[in-house]
Amino acid sequence: MREIMMRDAIREAMSEEMRRDPNVFLVGEEVGAYNGAYKCSKGMLEEFGAQRVIDAPIAETGFSGIGVGAAMCGLRPIVEFMTFNFSLVAIDQIINSAAKAHLMSGGQLTCPIVFRGANGGAFQLGAQHVNYLEGIYANTPGLVVIAPSTPYDTKGLLKSAIRNSDPVIFLEAELTYGLRGEVPEEEYIIPIGKADIKKEGTDVTLISWSRSVFITLQVAEKLAEQGISAEVLDLRTLRPLDKEAVLKSVSKTNRCIIIQDQFETASYGAYLSHMIQREIFDQLDAPIGLVSTMDVPMPYSKVLENYIRPNVEMCLKEITQILG
Amino acid sequence: MDQDLITQLYTNMLRIRRFEEEAARLYTERKIGGFLHLYIGQEAVAVGAISVLDPQDQILTSYRCHGHYLARGGSPKAGMAELMGKVTGCSKGRGGSMHFFDVEHAFYGGWAIIGGQIPMSAGMAFANKYKGNKNVSLSFLGDGSINIGAFHEGLALAALWELPAIFIIENNHFAMGTPLEKTATSEDLSIRALGYPMARETVDGHDIFAVRAAVHKAAKRAREQSQPTLIEAKTYRYRGHSMADPGTYRTKDDVEAWRSRDPISVLGDKLNELGLSAVREKVIQEIEAEIAEAVDFAEKSDFPDIADAAKYAYFDLKQ
Repeated sequence: MREIMMRDAIREAMSEEMRRDPNVFLVGEEVGAYNGAYKCSKGMLEEFGAQRVIDAPIAETGFSGIGVGAAMCGLRPIVEFMTFNFSLVAIDQIINSAAKAHLMSGGQLTCPIVFRGANGGAFQLGAQHVNYLEGIYANTPGLVVIAPSTPYDTKGLLKSAIRNSDPVIFLEAELTYGLRGEVPEEEYIIPIGKADIKKEGTDVTLISWSRSVFITLQVAEKLAEQGISAEVLDLRTLRPLDKEAVLKSVSKTNRCIIIQDQFETASYGAYLSHMIQREIFDQLDAPIGLVSTMDVPMPYSKVLENYIRPNVEMCLKEITQILG
Repeated sequence: MDQDLITQLYTNMLRIRRFEEEAARLYTERKIGGFLHLYIGQEAVAVGAISVLDPQDQILTSYRCHGHYLARGGSPKAGMAELMGKVTGCSKGRGGSMHFFDVEHAFYGGWAIIGGQIPMSAGMAFANKYKGNKNVSLSFLGDGSINIGAFHEGLALAALWELPAIFIIENNHFAMGTPLEKTATSEDLSIRALGYPMARETVDGHDIFAVRAAVHKAAKRAREQSQPTLIEAKTYRYRGHSMADPGTYRTKDDVEAWRSRDPISVLGDKLNELGLSAVREKVIQEIEAEIAEAVDFAEKSDFPDIADAAKYAYFDLKQ
């Protein structure tokens, strides 16, 4: 199968959907003439024109709100945040307008919009450019939250997100835009709300999402060297959570470690841990492990940054402690 | 002047006034919960503006939304039922006083975060332009909205992208209890349009015909040239900001000065002058019956089924 980069998978998903449906358009900073800050929309201005690939000024509340209003009138906007940190200045439109329109109107309105862009840490971006926002958005009923890891999953899920009639938060990982992965030429979609077993195993379930999946796979390899068979479950969608897949895997292995590149307090992993113990407490042979980023605004220096973010050693230490 | 038009405008304003007077009464009886922000005094703005638009033009407003909903043709029954949280309400009991919706009449709702509806209404204008129809979006906002970011970003993009949008500041002179002199450097609020820039106009919001003329001109500009307009309508709310507010930050004389040229009384008197006092009487009777029927309908309606608590959280995803 051919291999393409993450940014090309994103571009293909958007372009295919724009060819399929004239109501889909892309708006954001630098998405047109500049081809996207991370080159995810390369060539799209040329193909679709300035009516549908729209360079916006730096006004996230403005262009997010325009997307929300347009979505309520039957269009299907893709709003690109150069990084999701900038969604914080548009968060009222996401949380208070988009997420609530369907309920508050008693089902009269729908808001089929996708907000996408880079979320979480990268390398030495400093504290203001490293926020982990999946917890905030996953805590908002009315939103769908997707955080895929591979180019294959990203393309299939982004196409589903664009076709979905509820507002979607689509979280990409900056460090993976150049990552290559197998993506077929033929069209395919991946349903929202389905987790994926990235590696099968029997002794312990390792759960993660987004870029942390790659760290988790490395952890699983190290465990294999020690004779421990780890199952790696990639959630892919955080809201709605694929509870069935999570509970099935943990019921099989009876042990679970969650690995998240995210601050721990009130985090998604903390919720996940609670959900698992509530549902299948009797199946657990050990406490649920949780490896997170240290709870501190991200410092700049690479020594500090590397120290506080989850890495293979940190995960192995936690697993050893849990599994005994 | 067209007698039918005057009668129609009078009827539509009176409906709002009486609807809200009844709502206030029901609130004190605790049949309505949460917040209740009354539009009483400002009726000429909503009725005048909406009366010159086409049925498919989108209307959005803030949390003080009963008047715009009714002016757009929303049912008083469904409105009253919404206030009481009934399943027959215009938002199926999910919205409440601040979140009336009637999408069939292109009334896209009351939104309760100051300024939030402004970029959204620009987005509806964007959709109109994108689709190539000749519809116009109109959003109402209060003078309390003119300093928040969403106002500036919404207007800046509407001007930059040449969107067929109309923004009406209903300047009732108070942002909750804060008087205009503490929130604006000029009494002329439409000058805010100059920075983007876009066309602007300031009108007497108690003069329903002045409101109609300004909105008519703005709608023509939007439809024919795809250009936005900012209109300031100077008006006044006779009641407090909400039911919790006795409005002690202003004098009785101030309120009386505006009340003395109340737009509903003015049009009613006009009907009398035209020898149509019987018509006026008939309208009053009809509105009384309509509002009484709305209250009765709302009282007798059911609350939503608790089994449906999660309904409408998602359209595609069923929880």
